Amino acid sequence: MTDQPTEQDDSERGGEGPLDRAAFAERVDALMDRLYGTALRLTRNPDDAEDIVAEAVGTAWKRRADLRDVERFEGWLFRILNNTFVSWLRRRRSREDLEVSSEPEDGDADSGGDFSLFARLHQPFLLWWGTPEHEFLNRLLREDIQRALDQLPDEFRIAVVLVEVQGHTYREVAEMLDVPVGTVRSRLSRGRSLLQQALWERARDAGLKTVVDSPDRNSDGSVDNGQT
Amino acid sequence: MSHDHEISCEEVIERLFAYLDGELEDVSQETIDRHLAHCRDCFTRAEFEKRLRARVADSVSTTAPQRLRTRVRFLLDEF
Ligand SMILES: [Zn+2]
Repeated sequence: MTDQPTEQDDSERGGEGPLDRAAFAERVDALMDRLYGTALRLTRNPDDAEDIVAEAVGTAWKRRADLRDVERFEGWLFRILNNTFVSWLRRRRSREDLEVSSEPEDGDADSGGDFSLFARLHQPFLLWWGTPEHEFLNRLLREDIQRALDQLPDEFRIAVVLVEVQGHTYREVAEMLDVPVGTVRSRLSRGRSLLQQALWERARDAGLKTVVDSPDRNSDGSVDNGQT
Repeated sequence: MSHDHEISCEEVIERLFAYLDGELEDVSQETIDRHLAHCRDCFTRAEFEKRLRARVADSVSTTAPQRLRTRVRFLLDEF
């Protein structure tokens, strides 16, 4: 946490930090697809995602003196990206406060918090099929996951991205979003459950059923979904 | 081996995500580790959840538009 961005302004006139402009730009460039992809999953909007990445990189460059250890560049930059996103979210919320609240009922966490993809894959009718969970993962496409994430309500999706994708602790997420740790826990639980449910439905619609229906799928020829 | 440290499959499954996140509250990581080392069903499930989450983490990267790369380079040149 020592490289956490701070509000201090002295970095602009202070030291240059450990990276010169070219080295900084090169590192940003190498992370660009992940920065953009993360911002896109968080905002779900390509234009907003671009704005957030650009703003985050600008902020990072201004605060480059805060980065003491070059090895931590990636975590440092992603933290700035998250903070930029959270500010964007607050601005957007305050503009849209006439809209019906998009805050989920956190008390609902239990009602949908128990869908298990693994349990579905291990239903008796699928069990003859060797190791269903391996087969499922092998067939799962990047686009399937992106679409499933995108269809989660904001609060759940944000919790899942911050914890599962970025590896933040519950406490870090709670601080970032300014909510209690228990709220992070329940949003995460609900978010994972909904994500697994969406992936299950997608797999079922896209070919899992065909596989179940056609044990001899190698000679069947009609099942090519997810095979690359 | 103390009986206090034993934990049922249900208790492990309930805490599986907290375990994978390193965020267990009432049980230690070691207690779950020990259970997973001896229980094939829970181990299989834990491996599945680990692999699924790795795929989720992996899926996030998206080819950035050239326009964004240009914009960022411009921004870094200017300031
Ligand atoms: Zn078990």
